[in-house]
Formats: sequence, structure tokens, C-alpha cells
Amino acid sequence: MNAPVNFSVCTENLTRKFGDFVAVDGVSIAVHAGEIFGFLGPNGAGKTTIIRMLCGLLKPSAGKATVAGFDVYTQSELIKQKIGYMSQKFSLYDDLSVGQNIEFYSGVYGLSAGQIAQKRTDVLVRFGLEAYGSAITKDLPLGFKQRLALGCAMLHGPEILFLDEPTSGVDPVARRGFWKTIYDTAAGGTTVFVTTHYMEEAEYCHRVCIVDRGRIVALDTPSRLKESHGKASIQDVFVNIVRSD
Amino acid sequence: MAEPIKARRWTGTDRSRADRGAGGSLIPAIARKEFLHIVYDPRTLAIVFLMPVIQLLMFGYAMNMEVQHVDMAVVDLARTPESQALAQQFRGSRFFHPFYFDGPVSGIEGLFKEERARVALIIPEDFARQLRTRMTVPLQFVIDASDANAAAFVDSYCTQVLADFNQSRGGELPVPFDVRSAVLFNPHLKSSHFFVPGLMAMILMMISALLTSVAITREKETGTMEQILVSPVRPRQIIVGKVLPYIILAFADALLILLVGVVVFHVPFRGSLALLLLLTTLYVFTALSLGLMVSTFARSQQVAMMMAQVLTILPTMMLSGLIFPIASMPKALQAVTYIVPARYYLLIVRGVMLKGSGISQLVEPTVFLAAVAAILLTVSVRRFSMNLER
Repeated sequence: MNAPVNFSVCTENLTRKFGDFVAVDGVSIAVHAGEIFGFLGPNGAGKTTIIRMLCGLLKPSAGKATVAGFDVYTQSELIKQKIGYMSQKFSLYDDLSVGQNIEFYSGVYGLSAGQIAQKRTDVLVRFGLEAYGSAITKDLPLGFKQRLALGCAMLHGPEILFLDEPTSGVDPVARRGFWKTIYDTAAGGTTVFVTTHYMEEAEYCHRVCIVDRGRIVALDTPSRLKESHGKASIQDVFVNIVRSD
Repeated sequence: MAEPIKARRWTGTDRSRADRGAGGSLIPAIARKEFLHIVYDPRTLAIVFLMPVIQLLMFGYAMNMEVQHVDMAVVDLARTPESQALAQQFRGSRFFHPFYFDGPVSGIEGLFKEERARVALIIPEDFARQLRTRMTVPLQFVIDASDANAAAFVDSYCTQVLADFNQSRGGELPVPFDVRSAVLFNPHLKSSHFFVPGLMAMILMMISALLTSVAITREKETGTMEQILVSPVRPRQIIVGKVLPYIILAFADALLILLVGVVVFHVPFRGSLALLLLLTTLYVFTALSLGLMVSTFARSQQVAMMMAQVLTILPTMMLSGLIFPIASMPKALQAVTYIVPARYYLLIVRGVMLKGSGISQLVEPTVFLAAVAAILLTVSVRRFSMNLER
């Protein structure tokens, strides 16, 4: 597949079925490098399924997709080098300390002992966790776990970051801080592919893709979406589109 | 703005070069993490190291199969010096505690029900005359077999005492066959000699199969498996990294059981420790494969635990010859025992420990065990990898 290299993620009619149920139905998107690309949709719309296919956790049923220029069917090992992934569940080891989580995830990306020690300090400082290096992860407040999970997903300096509902259950202040981090990351050239069901978060994205029942129902910048639907907020646009469907 | 991008690209290429050359460096990262889980969970650690010792002490002391001082009712219908000498012979052995019972023979059942005796000896009226004139003398033993195991022991003790009685009367009573059994390798028939090898098979299976399947399923449950899978780690590296700490744990436990067995219970160790540990590796591989297999079917830790118990620990206890001899099982069950790895491992441990067997005497169980290990390992690793790469 000869996808243009400047697209971080490029899909063509990407489809995934579970038995008779079509979870993702012919999705075509092209995400630019350094873009914050938001996926918006009600629960069960297929957001997580799309992310899982792009990360190589799930094989598509049909369609084409490239991530960082590599084919998801044949080059998933190369894709894995380029991406970071943060799931809804903040996949951390609750029984290990914050530092040990960082060390482990650095280890699975093949960093050397010296690099791991450096990464540990970097992540603790960057995500405001300096005081918690040896705290047991289980005891951290949710907002801290979320920052740690993001730190672990970015340890290896990925080109593309997939964030699957990274802010669910986190308080508004922590969410605001989290989005600041996302902005900084994208400003550094990293593509951020994020799903959410918080409407105000969609306003922070460069472009928003609204999905419903596996299909794309709208895709544009937040301001143009509001303009074309004549609404004051993304929330109103969303309700308008999903209801009228 | 260009600076950080440049820096990141540089670490990117450095990293991919690093793990192309040394994919092995990812395995220690996983193994170290798994080791931390074990250390941070004192309950698991306690189970792993205390349970074998407690089981060993229980089996070794409580499950003493030998029967001593059995109450024996003697119904002496003869009342002659000869019959009294026979009763005396029983009194002299440490197995029996005889007493005269004057009631009718039909009263013996009552004695058994009241637990006043477990065996009765009936000496016929013309005992003395028959002893003088005939070649064989009819004697009757009535044994309470509500405890079948003990009854078998009592039966054989009776025969043994009678043989001694014959011998004490010199040539007066010719015996057609003079049977003297020589009990080799465990002359005192100590239960501990029997249970230490069995416990090795049990504990190794438990740690390797049960703990690994639970450890893998836990990662699936919490979602951390997915997090590892989006990294460049390959399924095979996950397997090796995750099972490595359990292999070490299994060997530490095996050595602990051997140490307690030899030091506390004086179980002999006649063969080569190196050989035993080598063949133990084969057994541990079969157990780990079963654990992996279970983890591919189970979606939760509870299910994994139940499946591991039914699929690995139960057969190891029931169908390996650990408690029940395989030869006395129905044919269909005997056929099933051929796929139970513990069957071969028990032959190996008992052979090496009690008989001092070398590899040349253990070719058959070793070949079978290796075959089972190879098949299980191949199937389970393939299933595990496919399960992850959907």
C-alpha cells in the first residue's frame, strides 16, 4: 500500500465484524503528523475497535490501513515500534511501585539499564510524580494513575499516540492538566489519536471525527463543524447528528 | 521546535537497533517484573514454601499406614498348651494385642461393632491332635475390613506370625513352601519414602501449572497483557519471561522437599541429584505447558484456578500412581494414565531416590515424559501465540 508518508494514520474502508455484528463499517480517515485527532461517539460506536485495529491488537475484517506508513496486516511489528497506546483501563501493575511500572515498560521497549534510570527520572518529573516514585500504584488517586499511564505509553518516544478514553472518571481539573500535556506532546511533532465522550474535550482537538454505529457521520475541525451545523458547541452538533441519524 | 523532534527521531532509531540485536534483553524485563509480583504477594510466597513442608509433615507423621497393637479376640475352643502357645506367639509380636473371648463365635461381630477387636482368631477344638497327626491345621481368622487398608495389613501380619510359630516348632510341622519375602529399597515400608517423591510431583505441578496460568490470566483480566502486546515484545518472549521466575521457584521448592525428606524423614537418596534435577526440568516443562494451555482457555483468574486444579492437580493425585496403584485401576483409566506426566515423573523420582537408578534404567519413563513435554509445549505455545495475535 503506497500511502503518502506524511499521513500518520491512513485507512480506507476499514471494517471489522464480530459474527453478524458490524462494529466498524467502512471507515476512511487520514491523520496528519502532529495532529490531535479526536474520535467522538456514543458508547459502542466502534471507537475502541478502530484503535485496537490500528495498534495491531485486532485484525481488520476488510479494508486497508497504514500506521506510520506501515501496513497493519503485514508490518505490525514495525508499527509497534512507532506507537504508544493508553487503554481505558490505565493498564498499570497495581502491586508494583510507580518507579517499577516505568522501569518495566521501559524494559519491554528494549531500553538499556542507563536509559531506563534516565527515563524514570524524566517521567516522574514531567508528569509531576517526583514524590511518588516508590509509592505503590494501587494507592495513587485516579488522576495520578492516568498521568503515570500516559508517561508509560510515551516512554519510547512514539511518533503516534493512541489514547482510548484517557480521561474517563478523572476530575475536571486533572483533565485540563492532562489536555495541556497532550497539547505539548502534539506541539513536539507527535500525532495524538484520542477517543472521548466528553464533548468539551472535542473542542481541544484539531479535527473531530464523529462516529455512530461503526460509521463516520461527521469529520472536520471543531469550528467548521459548529458552523456548518449552525450550533454553538460540539455538544449541540453531536446531539443534532446522532439524533437526526 | 525542530530540536525535540530531532532528538526523538534519534532515540527511535537507536531503540530499533537495540532490540533487533538483543531481543533477549526484553525477557529479563518481563521476568524481573514477574519476580516482583511474587515477592510482593506474601500469601503466594507462603503457599509456595510453607505448603510443601506442612504437607510433608502431615503425610510423614499422620499418614502412617503401619498398623500396631491390633486388638485380637482369641476364641480358643481347644484350651490346650499347644493352643495357648499359639496365642502367646501373637502376644509376643508387636502387631497384636490378643485377649481370650469366651463367648460364642457369633459374638465376634458384636466385638467388631463395639471396636473392641479388629481381628479374631478361632482355634478348633481338636487343635492339639490335628497338630500332631495332620500336615495342615485349619485355623480361622475373622478380620474387620471396614478399613480395607488396615485389614490388608492385619492379614499379612497374621500370616507372618503363623510362619514364626511354625518355625518355632522346628521340623514338627513341615511346610510345603517356605516363603520369605525380602523387601528391597524400603525395608521398613515407611510411608514417607512413598510420599516424598509423590509430593515432589504434586508441588511442582501446582507451582508450574496453577501459578503460571493464574499469573497470565491476571494480566489479561487487568488489561496489562494488551499494553505489553502493543510493544515490540513477541509472544514467545512474553512466555519465557513470565514462566522463568516460576521455573526457579519450582526448583527451589523441589530442593526444599528433598531436604526436608532426607533430613527429617531420613528418606534415602541413592541416585544422582544432577540426574534427578535434569529430568525434573522435563516434568516442569510439561507442567508449564499445561499452565499456558489453561491460560488460553480461561478468561478470569478464578476460572484458571479451577481449570488448573481439575486438569493438572487432580490427575497428578489420582491417576499417576501417587496414591492408588495404576495396576489396580480399570483398563480404561489405566489408558488415561499414559498422558499424565506425573506417572512418568514418579517412576523417575522413586527410581533415582529409593533405588539409585541411573539414566539407563529410566529410559522408558524419560522418553515418554520427553514426548509428552514436547507435544504439550508445542501445542500450548502455538495456541498461546495465536490467542494473542488475533
